[in-house]
Amino acid sequence: MTDLPTSTARKLGLVIDLDTCVGCHACVVACKGWNTENYGAPLADKDAYGAEPVGSFLNRIHSYEVQPANAPAQLIHFPKSCLHCEGAPCVTVCPTGASYKRVEDGIVLVNESDCIGCGLCAWACPYGAREMDPVENVMKKCTLCVDRIYNENLPEIDREPACVRTCPAGARHFGDFADPESNVSQLVAERGGIELMPEQETKPVNRYLPPRPKDEWAKDAEIDVLAPLLAPVAEEPKGLLGWLDKALERL
Amino acid sequence: MHPAGSIIVFTALSGLGFGMLFWLGLGHFTPTYWTGFVFFAVAYALSVGGLLASTFHLGHPERALKAFTQWRSSWLSREGWLACITLGVMGLYAAALVFAGAWLAPLGWLGAVGSLVTVYATSMIYAQLKTVPRWNHWTTNVLFLGLSLGGGALLTGAVWPAIVLLLSTAAVQVYAWRAGDQRLAESGTDMATATGLGGIGAVTAFEPPHTGGNYLTHEMVFVVGRKHARKLQNIALILGFALPVLLLMLPSSHLLALLAIGLHLAGLFVLRWLFFAQAEHVVGLYYGKR
Amino acid sequence: MHRQPALDTSPKVSDEVRQTTCYMCACRCGINVHMKDGPDGKKQVAYIEGNRDHPVNQGVLCAKGSAGIMQVTAPSRLRAPLKRVGARGEGKFEEISWDEALELATKWLKPIRETDQSKLAFFTGRDQSQSFTSYWAQAFGTPNYAAHGGFCSVNMAAAGIYTMGGAFWEFGQPDWDHTKLFMLFGVAEDHDSNPIKIGLGKLKARGAKVIGVNPIRTGYNAIADEWVGITPGTDGLFILALVHELLRAGKIDVNYLARYTNAGVLVNCNEEDPDFGLFLRDDQGCALVIDRATGKPAPAEAAIPDLAATHRHAGVTYKPVLHLIAERYMDAAYAPEAVAERIGISAERIKRIAGEIARVAFEEEITIDQEWTDFRGKKHDKMIGRPVSFHSMRGISAHSNGFQTCRALHMLQILLGSVEVPGGFRFKPPYPKPSYAHPKPHCKVTPGQPLDGPHLGFTHGPEDLCLKEDGSPARIDKAFTWENPMSAHGMMHMVISNAHAGDPYEIDTLFMYMANMSWNSSMNTSEVMRMLTDKKDDGEYKIPHIIYSDAYSSEMVAYADLILPDATYLERHDCISLLDRPICEADGAADAIRWPVVEPDRDVRGFQSVLCELGARLDLPGFVNEDGSQKYADYADYIVNHERRPGVGPLSGFRSEEDTGRGPVNPAQMDKYIENGGFWLKHIPDEARYYKPWNMAYQDWAVETGLYDKTLPYLFQLYVEPMAKYQRAARGHGLIQPPDHLRERIKATLDPLPIWYPPFLDGHADPEEYPVQALTQRPMAMYHSWGSQNAWLRQIHGANPLYVPTKLWQKHGFAEGDWARLTSPSGEITVPVVHMAALNENTVWTWNAIGKRKGAWALDTDAPEVTKGFLLNHLIDELLPERGDGMRWSNSDPITGQAAWFDLRVKIEKVRAPAEAQPAHPAQGSPVPDAPADRSQKVGA
Ligand SMILES: Nc1nc2c(c(=O)[nH]1)N[C@H]1C(S)=C(S)[C@@H](COP(=O)(O)OP(=O)(O)OC[C@H]3O[C@@H](n4cnc5c(=O)[nH]c(N)nc54)[C@H](O)[C@@H]3O)O[C@H]1N2
Ligand SMILES: Nc1nc2c(c(=O)[nH]1)N[C@H]1C(S)=C(S)[C@@H](COP(=O)(O)OP(=O)(O)OC[C@H]3O[C@@H](n4cnc5c(=O)[nH]c(N)nc54)[C@H](O)[C@@H]3O)O[C@H]1N2
Ligand code: SF4
Ligand code: SF4
Ligand code: SF4
Ligand code: SF4
Ligand code: SF4
Ligand SMILES: [Mo]
Repeated sequence: MTDLPTSTARKLGLVIDLDTCVGCHACVVACKGWNTENYGAPLADKDAYGAEPVGSFLNRIHSYEVQPANAPAQLIHFPKSCLHCEGAPCVTVCPTGASYKRVEDGIVLVNESDCIGCGLCAWACPYGAREMDPVENVMKKCTLCVDRIYNENLPEIDREPACVRTCPAGARHFGDFADPESNVSQLVAERGGIELMPEQETKPVNRYLPPRPKDEWAKDAEIDVLAPLLAPVAEEPKGLLGWLDKALERL
Repeated sequence: MHPAGSIIVFTALSGLGFGMLFWLGLGHFTPTYWTGFVFFAVAYALSVGGLLASTFHLGHPERALKAFTQWRSSWLSREGWLACITLGVMGLYAAALVFAGAWLAPLGWLGAVGSLVTVYATSMIYAQLKTVPRWNHWTTNVLFLGLSLGGGALLTGAVWPAIVLLLSTAAVQVYAWRAGDQRLAESGTDMATATGLGGIGAVTAFEPPHTGGNYLTHEMVFVVGRKHARKLQNIALILGFALPVLLLMLPSSHLLALLAIGLHLAGLFVLRWLFFAQAEHVVGLYYGKR
Repeated sequence: MHRQPALDTSPKVSDEVRQTTCYMCACRCGINVHMKDGPDGKKQVAYIEGNRDHPVNQGVLCAKGSAGIMQVTAPSRLRAPLKRVGARGEGKFEEISWDEALELATKWLKPIRETDQSKLAFFTGRDQSQSFTSYWAQAFGTPNYAAHGGFCSVNMAAAGIYTMGGAFWEFGQPDWDHTKLFMLFGVAEDHDSNPIKIGLGKLKARGAKVIGVNPIRTGYNAIADEWVGITPGTDGLFILALVHELLRAGKIDVNYLARYTNAGVLVNCNEEDPDFGLFLRDDQGCALVIDRATGKPAPAEAAIPDLAATHRHAGVTYKPVLHLIAERYMDAAYAPEAVAERIGISAERIKRIAGEIARVAFEEEITIDQEWTDFRGKKHDKMIGRPVSFHSMRGISAHSNGFQTCRALHMLQILLGSVEVPGGFRFKPPYPKPSYAHPKPHCKVTPGQPLDGPHLGFTHGPEDLCLKEDGSPARIDKAFTWENPMSAHGMMHMVISNAHAGDPYEIDTLFMYMANMSWNSSMNTSEVMRMLTDKKDDGEYKIPHIIYSDAYSSEMVAYADLILPDATYLERHDCISLLDRPICEADGAADAIRWPVVEPDRDVRGFQSVLCELGARLDLPGFVNEDGSQKYADYADYIVNHERRPGVGPLSGFRSEEDTGRGPVNPAQMDKYIENGGFWLKHIPDEARYYKPWNMAYQDWAVETGLYDKTLPYLFQLYVEPMAKYQRAARGHGLIQPPDHLRERIKATLDPLPIWYPPFLDGHADPEEYPVQALTQRPMAMYHSWGSQNAWLRQIHGANPLYVPTKLWQKHGFAEGDWARLTSPSGEITVPVVHMAALNENTVWTWNAIGKRKGAWALDTDAPEVTKGFLLNHLIDELLPERGDGMRWSNSDPITGQAAWFDLRVKIEKVRAPAEAQPAHPAQGSPVPDAPADRSQKVGA
């Protein structure tokens, strides 16, 4: 099972829109809730009310500051979960076959009953997408909500990952990257979706939509374009009152 | 990377053990009966003990046998198989020497090759990881092999091979440290590629996703100070290589040999601690840690 | 070779889904609670997700909402009523029965009710049942009732209602589907948590532009296309500079101003005249304009005014409001060049933003082909939209100049003609509703009798103030007095210090609900803790009795004498009523319920149900039947059977066959709500969707729905005349007069047209000595103090560093891991620092309410919330530092009494790291057992 399938029928994954993510952590907790109650062992929390609480989470929101050359610094919230890589190194290193990539949709999973908790897969993942459960001691990772997306006990509209369903800003999109017509493929094409760490050659399926350009005022002189809009109709209140009357006339 | 005790013990001891088995299998020294027993017992204690230590690192050691299933793709699995086969082959070889005083050379050579390949497989567990640029390099294999063979030579009394191997390994080690400091930078992975935000400007980490630590930061983000590392490197060089070689050059004596071995072992532990502690995992970039 | 294990991709999700309303914040989203049989066979909560049909959240759910399950199972939950046995503040209690608890409460309250109800102060904090708790307080007869509004955002609410009959906050929202330029002022999270995120997501999907005005660039401001990192407290100046530019360029909607606002109303401009600043009115009291058609004065509601005319009458010159606006804001004092330095934004940028607003408002106008008829009977064939919208919250309201700043922003919106139009800002029912349609405050105490009317409301002049015969404050919080004449939400933050000082009088019992007053909701926390434990000479506590209802082991619990432990939100009935703070959307009226989806596993009771019983024990009218028996068995009984006015009750849904919103009591109402997903929603017809204050289709719909009793069209008040009435009194006119020391302040600050003045602390703390501004922000994944007991959420925010901008970071030579001492005129704290570049260069900030007191919340005493977490509140005083006049002015807005949290000025120094954040308070005793070490549980396993 540690062999990667040579190809997968579909390539399911997420598009995460960095222009829209407000860093609210809603997806983090929805994921924690769903996956505590569903796939595999519950996601545990060690020292839950103590000095050093450590829980397993399958999705975490980082935040970065970026300093452009001539504009104010930007802050970017950055959600990160498993990218369901096509060349998943986490799968090939696994000695037990617990880690595998599904041939039908490319989802990378851990079969917990086979996992010895060696941690090697987490070492092999460049993205920090795998965490050992602190109580159950098996490897945990994003399942792409494989127990939701096909689940016939859920209404059709809910057959999407918990994090996508809950994201209040709509910054997360789920779909099939193998289908060029899918919403995710289109978003990637339109907005220039990027791969994280391409040089690691993991060929991640998930893509990130980069933030749109910000603070354009710092770069251009659009004031000139806007200036005519502010051409005074009056410099003095008296003049404005005269103008008002004419403006009302036109009603 | 977090320098976990069990893994340091595992790599250090099993390396030494298989190094001993290599020399014993090669046949330059074929101890028989009680002497044989002692040497093989030590070699087995080291290699098997090391392997057992590695299971302390496992979340589910009771499932350890499952680790043998993925030899086609997993170096960890391969290492398991190779270790077992080698131990099996060398077991027969040893039995012949210990119980019959018979030297079955071809079996020994096979075991020697097995030992080498096992150590190579161990080294590949680390060297294969693109995520740890410092490890993802030929020096990792060479160092594992060099230390295994050098240490094995030392333990089996192969004085000149030991001196040559230890000195050359020390040289490679010094090079690996030097060059290793640049390897993360040279890997092409940095905050910009990690976040894809480099096009906008210089990227720095602001808030971590959680205020506390997590498995990743505990396991993969371990920061040793530069000065501290330098000091430990010097200690490792002196204990692991310089002093043992010096002692080997003195007129031979069991006591000195034992001392050399003890010093080497201490040095080896320091080396391995550094091997892990200095290794930067690229995931640290997401946390703004090197 | 690839193999993979068999996998069940259709596991059972749950046994049952119960739909109710989230309580983890005031947004009140609809939730689907997935239930499974637990090990004991009882139904347990397995998973919580958003309700897709719900008008508020449309299926999404925030981090807190999803973590609700950990709230209900938190080890900090109180278990039974508690009676204090140790000293106050120690946290030593014994568990008692409900009967004993209610007996004790009755023993304290009964004599108060019979002699002088003002001896009871009943304040209900973050109450979501204010229409009920105020009803109880009214029946009791105490004048001393309010919820948390005064320390929260009353500036926002009051400025909006006085100006345009509704505010931002939960009163209205941008037209997310049409707006093209959205400006957000001073918002980190807001009450409208998920709707704002959904809205921003819509803007982003359409590529509409977002401008964030905030000293700090996180969250919503992080995704803004343009960031205006303004100097705190100066937004008013920025907005008025935008107004200056727009006026000069004639980029105002003259048609809109003439028809829908009091822009044409004539104002007395004779400074010598007693009625200077008041409107010209006819005999019926209607404000007058000059009718464009006739050139004669006519009631504003009736005519289209001449906006430029001046008028002389009885020797007095009257000018239209717009005339005064032009005179004031076209002045060079409001030119971008004049304000740029103070607000920290260049004049070019101010102009550029003004230009962009002008462009979108007037060149990207949108029209919707929808006929509608206005209140003057005129038919319009389209709805014209100016797609510029604004939203704002505490960043501008929690300053001592907040009321006027909020007013300035509303004036800007109105000048652009972008309120209640497509693409602009839209009200949510029951708004719009003009200030005069709200009650006025009441305070008349008659022993043994109810109060003479509702406590809170909108004053329209000195005669509406809550003063006793001798002119002293009638209320313990001094709301509706000359100090803060328009304090529409009361001033809960002054209650403890006033009661402790016996000023304006002493009280006997402080009864509070859901407010962590000894910690994060008070200013000067350490001093408040002292006041609560301070004793009189006779050894009795200065505040003799404290009754408190909380659900958890909060810091406040330690200071109460009697604790009434509440059931949690999944275990009790509640109603989110159109009578108080409803959950409507711009396109519909909605209300909702909570119902016990799980049974409490301990001896706790819903607080409102407890009030039903306590009310009966105290014989309060409305709470007893004629035979003296208890009228409402519990809150659910009240919700269904209480009628405020005939046909109007706490819930509007399912009252009759037609389901209009009005109708008789329906005993099956609660079940109907449960069947309907826990809420009720009535859509606004298409022709009524915009122009609501003037649109007769909307007005009629609102009457039918029970929001109004008769149609109520009105004009927006660019000029707020009631403020001029207070100024008039301050000038010495009228019978009810302010104390002399307040005259100048009233004249200066209660200006009926928006003004800007520096935050008060600037005048009391030396800006050289305290050069840095210090702010707090709400973390999106935490609700005030109570997220910390949640094992999931506390991992996200377990401690709060002080974020320091680059300039100060370098100046003080900070490095990672350093600590700083922060000093204000009233205190000092020592806390960890972290560098942040995307931050106003003179501002430091931290997350609000993460720091915890040792011993509280069932956290270990070495939890990071205790050792590294901290409150900025220690640096903020409810009174300003003394100045030359020997007076201690309150640290709040002079108009509304809004607590000025964000005026704080500090100095910062690098210090050696202490063992834990300072000040460190001694541990309080915990009334609950220690928490378990680990959590790992699956209900269905
Ligand atoms: N420095 C600074 N201080 C501030 C602010 C700021 O911005 N900066 N903001 C201010 C504002 S706007 C506000 S609103 C206040 C908020 O401050 P508080 O009103 O004190 O808010 P909470 O921390 O939510 O405390 C409410 C209490 O309600 C309890 N509680 C929770 N659920 C229930 C329940 O179901 N039943 C009962 N009976 N009790 C329950 C909690 O345990 C807690 O003790 O803080 C103010 N303080
Ligand atoms: N997750 C979560 N949601 C909450 C709450 C919570 O505790 N947690 N609390 C609820 C309550 S009670 C309230 S009152 C609301 C409050 O909701 P918000 O109004 O969003 O309250 P704050 O988080 O205090 O944010 C104030 C913002 O104003 C900015 N600011 C401060 N001073 C100025 C200024 O002078 N000018 C400008 N332009 N900006 C300024 C601050 O940087 C900050 O971003 O949130 C409610 N929603
Ligand atoms: S993101 Fe990491 S865990 Fe997920 S498939 Fe890629 S390498 Fe494996
Ligand atoms: S931790 Fe489990 S899944 Fe990961 S490599 Fe080891 S056995 Fe495989
Ligand atoms: S897809 Fe499912 S498992 Fe993966 S991050 Fe989202 S919620 Fe978690
Ligand atoms: S829920 Fe959406 S907006 Fe919130 S952190 Fe996750 S991706 Fe970002
Ligand atoms: S915003 Fe979050 S916490 Fe507030 S009611 Fe909605 S889901 Fe609950
Ligand atoms: Mo608030």
